[in-house]
Amino acid sequence: MNILYDERLDGVLPKVDKAALVTELQQLLPDLEILHTQEELTPYECDGLSVYRTAPLLVALPERLEQVEELLKLCYRRKVPVVARGAGTGLSGGALPLEQGVLLVMARFNRIIEVDPNGRFARVQPGVRNLAISHAAAPYGLYYAPDPSSQIACTIGGNVAENAGGVHCLKYGLTVHNLLKLDILTVEGEKMTLGADALDAPGFDLLALFTGSEGMLGIITEVTVKLLPKPQVAKVLMASFDSVEKAGRAVGNIIAAGIIPGGLEMMDNLSIRAVEDFIHAGYPVDAEAILLCELDGVEADVQDDCDRVKEVLETAGATEVRLARDEAERVKFWAGRKNAFPAVGRISPDYYCMDGTIPRRELPGVLKGIADLSEEYGLRVANVFHAGDGNMHPLILFDANQPGELERAEALGGKILELCVKVGGSITGEHGVGREKINQMCAQFNSDELTLFHAVKAAFDPSGLLNPGKNIPTLHRCAEFGAMHIHHGQLPFPELERF
Amino acid sequence: MQHDQDSTSTLLEQVNHALNHAIPLCIQGSNSKAFLGRSVAGEVLDTRCHSGIVSYDPTELVISARAGTTLTEIEEVLEAAGQMLPCEPPHMGHGATLGGAVAAGLSGPRRPWSGSVRDFVLGTRVITGRGKHLRFGGEVMKNVAGYDLSRLMAGSFGCLGVLTEVSLKVLPKPRECLSLRLEMDVHEALSELAEWGQQPIPISAACYDGHALHLRLEGGEGSVQASRQRLGGEEIDSAFWQDLREHRHAFFDNTTPLWRLSLPNNTAPLDLPGTQLIDWGGAQRWLKSNAEGELIHRVVMELGGHATLYSNGPNPFPPLTQPLLRYHQRLKSQLDPLGIFNPGRMYAEV
Repeated sequence: MNILYDERLDGVLPKVDKAALVTELQQLLPDLEILHTQEELTPYECDGLSVYRTAPLLVALPERLEQVEELLKLCYRRKVPVVARGAGTGLSGGALPLEQGVLLVMARFNRIIEVDPNGRFARVQPGVRNLAISHAAAPYGLYYAPDPSSQIACTIGGNVAENAGGVHCLKYGLTVHNLLKLDILTVEGEKMTLGADALDAPGFDLLALFTGSEGMLGIITEVTVKLLPKPQVAKVLMASFDSVEKAGRAVGNIIAAGIIPGGLEMMDNLSIRAVEDFIHAGYPVDAEAILLCELDGVEADVQDDCDRVKEVLETAGATEVRLARDEAERVKFWAGRKNAFPAVGRISPDYYCMDGTIPRRELPGVLKGIADLSEEYGLRVANVFHAGDGNMHPLILFDANQPGELERAEALGGKILELCVKVGGSITGEHGVGREKINQMCAQFNSDELTLFHAVKAAFDPSGLLNPGKNIPTLHRCAEFGAMHIHHGQLPFPELERF
Repeated sequence: MQHDQDSTSTLLEQVNHALNHAIPLCIQGSNSKAFLGRSVAGEVLDTRCHSGIVSYDPTELVISARAGTTLTEIEEVLEAAGQMLPCEPPHMGHGATLGGAVAAGLSGPRRPWSGSVRDFVLGTRVITGRGKHLRFGGEVMKNVAGYDLSRLMAGSFGCLGVLTEVSLKVLPKPRECLSLRLEMDVHEALSELAEWGQQPIPISAACYDGHALHLRLEGGEGSVQASRQRLGGEEIDSAFWQDLREHRHAFFDNTTPLWRLSLPNNTAPLDLPGTQLIDWGGAQRWLKSNAEGELIHRVVMELGGHATLYSNGPNPFPPLTQPLLRYHQRLKSQLDPLGIFNPGRMYAEV
């Protein structure tokens, strides 16, 4: 079952006359930069999930809103699919281009329009980088809370499309909790505002519906985000455990003690060793698991919470609990966690990052399940979690140059996600479905639920021109996926193309 | 009302009967929010038969309950575990249900700091306009699979489907809670709030009632006591906030029409006829006024907000402009093709 767009399973796409489209675009928008030769298109073949590649029909790099508006109107009239993209850092192939579609790159809309310290909001264009918002707000002691690990590069438009998370979600929420207003263009090129400068807006909560809709319902043209006062202090505790189960239980105990940490991260031994080799963060390489617990807020409270958490961790059986001595050590502790992915990249030619969520209490069982699957498929798995909110990032280690390993990695990944669903979790916590998890959607939702998703799509994009083939699978695809599962012992993706 | 009763099949049967005969349904719990929105002519679908907490694990910070469960029951169970619904949904009457609270989407005084009801919704089970009982979202904090239909349901006044079960994120109660009253004029109150909003002061409610600024401080002992020293004023009973939330404050105690104004938090004092009470640190203002609705809508919209009349007039909600109205209609006709769920509750056309 090929993951790339398959008209047989994903629906027939309109045939587009490329030459005529390019000519008309050039006439209509002479100052719009368009890339359409093969060598120009190659850099745009993939997003952050680089194992999947397709050259788009053409790439449009607008700089003015009117260009986007006209482009959408033209594509709507000519029935040309449109895939929107920001910085292309997404990890689920949500901005994977279509051979028959325009790739609409919004990265040049990179202006911070307004930072209002009294109103505690910032109004920005969609191509503004996540971290740039916090930088712009810093002079006022404010910041934008969601911090996906790609925050140096990823754009706010992409964050909204994916409902991006980060390491501070348990306390500060996801993107959806930190938005006030979106300006969008509909598939027909019509302007619409969702949400408001106030805390709520009349009618249905379309702002919530659009957040995380993966470019399927409209094109984001402006974003108003909430800003928060920067916590006065942040302290980090690092606890070592001789078993992953104990670390998992400690997480529940911290919360039971009435404490909501700013960040609560767990890493297993394989990740710890990979990171320590790479960053020298001072991690204990012989620990089976470590927890990083960040407590932030007003100084007096943080000191108090630190004492409480330390006690909880020790009672839970931590072999060592260390409080970062100073800001430099705190940054070092975090640097290890934030570099976990590249660190794992150093110990394996390739790795495949998963993104399931589970109720925290299921952690020990799911870890055991992952270990069993790892053995069954003959591939190592390093585990990194946002433990506070049950969001796991198992990293599957493989070598794409070994025939069959990518397919095995994908099959193993699929099984891990299905395991997450089985224990009451989700196939994606923050990376999105995109193209990557289109088949696993069939495991999480039944055909009636998928039909309702298609109905939502039809309300905004009845001709299916926005990002076709992503996020919601067709019932036909799920029927094939279900049939496939009957053949035990066979790899689920036998005919997958190799890259 | 009976406790812990699963009446899914009864509700499903009633919806399917309504679908087969194109009978509009008027979905209600205890009817405590009936004063808000347009009235619906339809067969009553009472969700109170479907009640009870389905699961609650304090260490998971999630509670799931059937739509007919009373808010009181949920609050008591959470209280016993030292936890709370941070969005403090108003009851507005005896027996208010979880389903009604989520469908109405109203939040209490903590809203600007903690988030709204919608922000705490993690998952829902819904009977749809195609007569199916479906599940969206779940019991996990992070879940971006598919469209976020659960949060869309919050505040949709039952116009898109029948909520049968809701999973909400909950939080531990703060260790320390203290309320203050500080005498000052309205200009000073709003400018202080703007300044404090940029500082890490543990404010969790702020109301100006025409005479004084009322603040609630919540957090650890250290931060609450330090802020109390800094801010001065006199200490008051924290029951003030429950009274405010339930409109039991003297301000609400007359028959003049009541308007809810949702505004950018830093909006200057409004020049409108009538009396005003400021909540949500400036972002929600209550107006008692006999002024024309048109005037109120216009003034508030020009400031980037919107006004809602708290009664069942023909148009209590602010008008939707095109193309928003068109997309509301399209969404409604996709999710409720026969138009049986609370038709016209929010807008005549939806």
